[in-house]
Amino acid sequence: MFLLSLHLADDALILGHRNSEWTGHGPNLEQDIAISNIALDQIGQARNFYQYAAELYNANKDAYTKTFSSPAFHQVIGPIDEDDLAYLRDAKEFRNHLMVELKKGDWAVTITRQFFMSLYQQLLYSDLQYSADKRLAAISEKSLKEVHYHVRWSGEWVIRLGDGTEESHRRMETAIDQLWPYVGELFIPADFQLEAAASGQLKNPEYYREPWLEKTAAAFDQAGLAMPALNWYQKGGKLGIHTEHLGYLLAEMQYLQRSHPGAQW
Amino acid sequence: MSIESTIWNLLEEVKDPEVPVLSVVDLGVIRDVKQTENGLEVTITPTYSGCPAMDVIAMQIRMVLAGHGYAPVTIKTVLSPAWTTEWMTEAGKQKLLAYGIAPPNPKQQVCTPGYFQQEEAVQCPHCRSFHTRRISEFGSTACKALYQCEDCKEPFDYFKCH
Repeated sequence: MFLLSLHLADDALILGHRNSEWTGHGPNLEQDIAISNIALDQIGQARNFYQYAAELYNANKDAYTKTFSSPAFHQVIGPIDEDDLAYLRDAKEFRNHLMVELKKGDWAVTITRQFFMSLYQQLLYSDLQYSADKRLAAISEKSLKEVHYHVRWSGEWVIRLGDGTEESHRRMETAIDQLWPYVGELFIPADFQLEAAASGQLKNPEYYREPWLEKTAAAFDQAGLAMPALNWYQKGGKLGIHTEHLGYLLAEMQYLQRSHPGAQW
Repeated sequence: MSIESTIWNLLEEVKDPEVPVLSVVDLGVIRDVKQTENGLEVTITPTYSGCPAMDVIAMQIRMVLAGHGYAPVTIKTVLSPAWTTEWMTEAGKQKLLAYGIAPPNPKQQVCTPGYFQQEEAVQCPHCRSFHTRRISEFGSTACKALYQCEDCKEPFDYFKCH
């Protein structure tokens, strides 16, 4: 459960951080506020999953301590907390999907990625809210209510841009081409997901491939966008093998805590 | 009066820092108050996962109760069942309206409306017209959406049904 909770937290945090890069730079005020609100929801969800991961870690420290090699992380005295997990791990210790760490790109890339991830989270949390693990169930139940808004908002944008001008349509096609190689990873189980699936805590993510493709195709159809085939894909994020983009993101996000440990404001 | 009822009354003094007309009791985030061997235990639930007001609310609860001589106070956070606007009190809804924020409609029958599907009518808190339109599903805080009245033309916040 520790790695699973960490993975869910990492997905939410990294995507939330990427979205927060739009704060103050959105295409207009309303959408700037919308994407910032979504970032806030995701960082809140990440905190809930990190808090749970930290409790599991502290309860069984001997078993998990080798999971991380970051020297900064091991300098923490006493029990670890959510901030230690977010700020003191190195890139190879993050378990997020590769899709969330990619650069925010233009508005088309941002909303297409949000749509892909929100659809996935909607399917996942809809099941996870009934998990035998009561804590994951509670966090999922809470998160799901927010994710419904994210799906609707991003889906409307996919349709608006796909069915918009020649330029917006072209940008959507480029965004889909760029992101599509990262879709397959969502449905390939990592060991920690297989373990959780074996003990009945969640479904094997392979299970979500068909419903995800169906929902995506429905929106693409309304948007007049072509649905690519799902074949070759990039993977490795859940094992800690990341693109170069994650390092830059962490450098910015973690800089303050690494330079001034424990700083607060 | 039992100590629990006294505490519930005192909690009326703790306001939502982002919507200062609402008390935390009006908002429905106080789930339980009880006296334990180790002092008082107040159980709260967040409105939205990332709502920054929750930390301030927890601190305010401690301060108000300490101000009345109640210490120590433990604040327990629970996520399930997830907060819903159905828990907002009727008095709270009236206070929102008087403050110029449209209160949440009763929980919608259509759970997840499709793309571009119109939600049920939201009433303008200024002229009470139902002829309004949504400008953005996301407003100045996580709990609000931005609307405009087509009759009086005033923009307003809608405390969205959740």
